[in-house]
Amino acid sequence: MFSETVILRGHIIDSLILPKVLDQILTQGGDFKIGEIKIGQNRVDQSYARIEVSAPSHEVLDEIVRRLRQHGAEVLEKADVQLAPAPADGVFPKDFYVTTNQQTFLTLDGTEIEVRPALMDCAIVVDHDARRATAKKFHEVWRGMEIVVGHQGIKVMPVQRSTARTDVFEFMSTSIALEKPKSGVIREMATELKRARDGGGKILVVAGPAIVHTGAVPHLEKLIEWGYVNLLFGGNALALHDIENAIFGTSLGVHLARGSLAERGHENQMRAINMIREAGSISRAVESGTLKTGIMAGCVRHGVEFVLAGSIRDDGPLPEVITDTIEAQDAMREKITGVTTALMMGTMLHSMAVANLLPATAKTLCVDVNPAAVSKLTERGSFQSLGLVSDLEPFLRELTMALAR
Amino acid sequence: MRQLLLCPPDHYGIEYEINPWMSRARGAEIPVAQAQWKGLFNKLSSLDCKIELIPPRPKLPDMVFTANAGLTIGRRFIPSNFRHEERAGEAPHFARWMEERGYEVVWLPKNLYFEGEGDALFGGDVLFCGYKFRSDINSHRAVADILGCLVISVELVDPRFYHIDTCFCPLPDGGAFWFPDAFDEYGQRAIRDHLRDLIDVVEEEAVHFSCNAVVLGREIVLPKGAPKLVTTLKDRGYTCHPLPMSEFLKAGGACKCLTMFMPQREKL
Repeated sequence: MFSETVILRGHIIDSLILPKVLDQILTQGGDFKIGEIKIGQNRVDQSYARIEVSAPSHEVLDEIVRRLRQHGAEVLEKADVQLAPAPADGVFPKDFYVTTNQQTFLTLDGTEIEVRPALMDCAIVVDHDARRATAKKFHEVWRGMEIVVGHQGIKVMPVQRSTARTDVFEFMSTSIALEKPKSGVIREMATELKRARDGGGKILVVAGPAIVHTGAVPHLEKLIEWGYVNLLFGGNALALHDIENAIFGTSLGVHLARGSLAERGHENQMRAINMIREAGSISRAVESGTLKTGIMAGCVRHGVEFVLAGSIRDDGPLPEVITDTIEAQDAMREKITGVTTALMMGTMLHSMAVANLLPATAKTLCVDVNPAAVSKLTERGSFQSLGLVSDLEPFLRELTMALAR
Repeated sequence: MRQLLLCPPDHYGIEYEINPWMSRARGAEIPVAQAQWKGLFNKLSSLDCKIELIPPRPKLPDMVFTANAGLTIGRRFIPSNFRHEERAGEAPHFARWMEERGYEVVWLPKNLYFEGEGDALFGGDVLFCGYKFRSDINSHRAVADILGCLVISVELVDPRFYHIDTCFCPLPDGGAFWFPDAFDEYGQRAIRDHLRDLIDVVEEEAVHFSCNAVVLGREIVLPKGAPKLVTTLKDRGYTCHPLPMSEFLKAGGACKCLTMFMPQREKL
């Protein structure tokens, strides 16, 4: 949204100028928020209103403001942002502005430009000549880059919670605890996924290996097959347990079908790693027929992009796993553009890392058996996050059933 | 006794086009215009008022429309800031003339267009001001600051009725006659909220500038061509004096445009 602040003064109540101006904003496709209003006490006292006018585009806003000026609205001059050079590579100037995940605008030479992407915990680097403002992490900043300091000239547009009860996010603000009925919420989540898939949205799944341990792989395979997964983020463990299961029918040496330990089952994991490394990559293993089923094979076959990030306790790792954390963050950030809905399951730290990369406008669904993980993720200030405390297999089973209907 | 300011039409003519009525191709018949102005002068002189005349200036043909000289309240005179360059030259003459007669001249900021009594008429203790075609709404606020009165700003939407005095005429009993369609919906509501007993003028009479009338107590001097309005006003106890105004109508003016109250209000 683009916005301007206008001031109206005079006998704007008796002359009906205030209602006229507000009506015009709405009929021209804009929106308003009254920042301040002072109504004259006596008949001859003049009134004052400060109105923030917003519109979906610069053109619509300009047209609205042009009309409002005729009715006496004065546009409040905006102060420019303050900039300071980065003192060294990877170091922001003191008092740098820390971004949020909300849509943010800054004023540069009197006009507004949008900061892209809407990424939290960054600094804003301004390219004066290109009139570009970019949210950047520490490692993306070089000495001398112009960086926003202080709060002047910055405007944040919080995601507005709709008053209409049109989807599950808009009437649920808390996570669904263990002892509460879940079917209704899962159905709503299914509706949300359908809406995203059919409405040109982009669905991201962040998954932990518990998907495999709980036997939920066939359900996630179905979601991939039905087009409900456009992007998958996970760790080495998710991919490895999935591949071990696909090749040997075990996960960490346990037969998933029977729940019993396989003979020399502990070796299966290492052998699986070796097979993929031998093939060169997961996708080549699928092409060569080594890997036929499972989540990773489903992703390869259906063209679902994935990013696997490594951790300190990884075995292997598998060839595609990015072991440099910063590199992995960059890779996820690059792929995350355009994500509208994120389904995060059974991995607290990975989900939090991803939530930090998402703009506030993205809807997040978080499912974990650990209530603390769910509340950590849903209490991040986003209006559009929904949490569910549940084991993953029953959740995904019910979700796929709802989607199949 | 009310005092009025008029300006003889010695240099009057259609020399430019700044409203939909003006057409240089259809110039005013000067001898007829002079006779019509004389008729107005004589009629007003016969009523309870005193007439002052400002000397006309060459190349300022519209100076005859003294309503746009400014707004006079008590001994204070707020000169116009004309929107059109063609008329801007009138302002210093009017201001000097008023100053010489002992009025305190209070200029508005130069960036605010304001066309005097043409866009500012008192109804009761409320000053109704028109905006958009000629005056800026922000000039109304400045006027309210100077005078300390309630100003109701109303948007004019029909370019034929480009000043408020072409479509709205307050009456001393608290009412007014007006052509509502000249105002936007909010302006109409604001006027209705502040004045009771409004007389609507039909369009065929409004286009004769029937609302451009000089009201002196119960006497109303207005252009010919509004028999229905005259009947209504008569029923309310007013005496109407319809006058031919055809040659001034060609410039978008009539009786009221040719007259400025000096002052419009003694005090607020």
